[in-house]
Amino acid sequence: MITRSRTEVTLRVDPIACRAHGLCAEELSEAITLDEWGYPILPSGPLPPELVRRARAAAAACPVLALRLEQRRR
Amino acid sequence: MTATQFDIGSPALNFVIGHAMPDPYATDRLLPEGRSPSLADHLARLGAMPRATSAQLAQLLEAAGLLGRGGAGFPTGRKVAAVAAAVAARRLPGVVVANCCEGDPTSLKDRVLVERSPHLVIDGALHAAEALGADRVVLAVHDDSPARFTLVAALLERPQTSCEVTVVEVPDRYIASEATALVRYLNSGDARPAGRLVPIWETGVGGRPTLVANAETLAQLALIARFGPAWFGAIGTPAEPGTCLVTVGGAVRRPGVVEVAHGTPLASVLGRAGAPSTGWALLGGLAGRWVDLSATAGVGFSTAELAAAGGSRGVGSIVVLPPGGCVLGETARILRYHADAGARQCGPCMFGLPAIAADMTALGSGDRGALDRLRRRLPVINGRGGCGHPDGAVALAASALAVVTTREGGHLHQHLTGGRCQAPPFVVPLDVAPAPRAATPRRPAGSAFIDSRGRRS
Amino acid sequence: MDTQILWFASRATGAVSLVLFTAVMVLGILTAGRAGVAAFPRAAVLRLHRTLSLTAMAFLVVHIVSAIADGYVDLNYWDVIIPFGAGWDPFWIGLGSVAVDLMIAIGITSALRRHLSPTLWRAVHFSAYAMWPLALLHGWGNSGGDGQETWMIAIDVVCVAAVLASLAYRLRPDRHPDSLARRTAKVVHPVRDIGGDR
Repeated sequence: MITRSRTEVTLRVDPIACRAHGLCAEELSEAITLDEWGYPILPSGPLPPELVRRARAAAAACPVLALRLEQRRR
Repeated sequence: MTATQFDIGSPALNFVIGHAMPDPYATDRLLPEGRSPSLADHLARLGAMPRATSAQLAQLLEAAGLLGRGGAGFPTGRKVAAVAAAVAARRLPGVVVANCCEGDPTSLKDRVLVERSPHLVIDGALHAAEALGADRVVLAVHDDSPARFTLVAALLERPQTSCEVTVVEVPDRYIASEATALVRYLNSGDARPAGRLVPIWETGVGGRPTLVANAETLAQLALIARFGPAWFGAIGTPAEPGTCLVTVGGAVRRPGVVEVAHGTPLASVLGRAGAPSTGWALLGGLAGRWVDLSATAGVGFSTAELAAAGGSRGVGSIVVLPPGGCVLGETARILRYHADAGARQCGPCMFGLPAIAADMTALGSGDRGALDRLRRRLPVINGRGGCGHPDGAVALAASALAVVTTREGGHLHQHLTGGRCQAPPFVVPLDVAPAPRAATPRRPAGSAFIDSRGRRS
Repeated sequence: MDTQILWFASRATGAVSLVLFTAVMVLGILTAGRAGVAAFPRAAVLRLHRTLSLTAMAFLVVHIVSAIADGYVDLNYWDVIIPFGAGWDPFWIGLGSVAVDLMIAIGITSALRRHLSPTLWRAVHFSAYAMWPLALLHGWGNSGGDGQETWMIAIDVVCVAAVLASLAYRLRPDRHPDSLARRTAKVVHPVRDIGGDR
């Protein structure tokens, strides 16, 4: 049996760096929503693989680099 | 009791065999009766401190099961091991910070501990410093705290060490004594938390591996180093051995700090402060939980048991409300304090906390919509701040909501219809002024009791 | 190949590069100023800024290569990055070379943005405020001939106006709730040690 190792990608935000620009939610509206004050609410677990590319775009879109992708090999 | 009646642990560990151990079943370990805090008396009671390497110390603390006493309850052995690993990996000397600040206004234990047993706290800090190869020890206290003079006087009594030991004043703000805030303050003068993922055990004060430990934790560490895990665990529970300091305040006859063995029933702890076992009480500090004392009288004072009973150990304080006390009103006050006390550096704190404080206040004034707003907002704010501060406020608010919507439905109805209730004045302390002096108490025989000003009674 | 084509290509792509870099500046300033509307949200402004910067760089490469390949004037490849050493029009070409150096720094730091400290990235990126005027002056003052033509001056005026207008937008008082909330007192005190020193 061949076991494939997957890389799990989770979104993390630095709450202190975050300035509520909101570009992350625009780039990845399926996964990121903004709370009533404009700060991102991230999904808790790893992202579905089809959203990873857009998640990278969301992290790249953050003007203050508060959003990062955390990768873990499973 | 002499040393031979106990298994004093591994022979590799250098326990003070020559000095008689204090009675392991007495609960006056940290706050001894009838002793002045001078160095001579301290050494006469406990003997000299042994030496240990970082591996030995970590192992010892692991065996003793010591948990941090600052509120987070993290295993101290693991913390020491992490700092030791970073010291070895980065080949840098470590730094030890003794957190004597005690930012939570409901808690007086560290204040009292430093007043009564400064040398025990310093022993623990220096022992950890030696084990970790640290060349700097910082004793952090709040601005204008009397503890700073006690610590300086205690340091002057002691012989020189190779370590640089300083007493540092920290701004008197609730979040300034958070571990990463302390480190950041020592580095740059900015006393705000630095973020949840900042590894201060690797890169802390001056970029060096840093151990930040509560004053009481260090005092317990000093006892474990002298007398071993078996002595330490002679009282307490298997999961939480040893004693702890509890601050009892609010509507009680003898407010102050008591030292109890873990697992002591709440009713007994409260009894020593002259508090009844009825009514509502805030357990764990301003980020704690509300409990009904009549339902929890038999619950033992320990992290596990209190959590299981819907309470919280937190900073080890209990504030008892008077009969008819208003949980809603007290919580609204505390939430407003939390909103002001934030570091102003993350969205959930800057906006979420004032919002829920306003909601809780509005609920007290009769706004029904506030209940829905709170239910919606609390899970949104939880876990998304730059430090644990918003989480504590959320937990308190959630606990209060549970109380007023289930057990105190009638009282809530009073608020929703009349916009207020008949509660007596608020009792949860929100500033750090010492509690007013109680009338001369009658001290029950056999108890070790220190009042809130650190005086024996 | 008729060398005139290369010469015209260089002049034309130079003008186009300036217009594109002006657009990049404007979009960058707008992004920093939190500009965005429902029809063209902020993420779109940022994407356009990045895409146009690559387009502008492409045109710039053609502008440089065609000028050197043309051979009519004394320019070498190293004059592109080492300023003020060209055989022809050293000062005005040099201004362009400084602008190219800054652009390369900005480009590299932006490509590696994830791996650099935000402060470093921001500092280098800020040099765009030097790069763009240098490019404009290079275009205006160089002896290629077009700089003084009415149509080129008109383009320059429009570019300057666009950047000034975006700066006016950018420099309006920051009333965003996040900025206002953060401005309250930091918990900073000078670190005071009292006694106990060894």
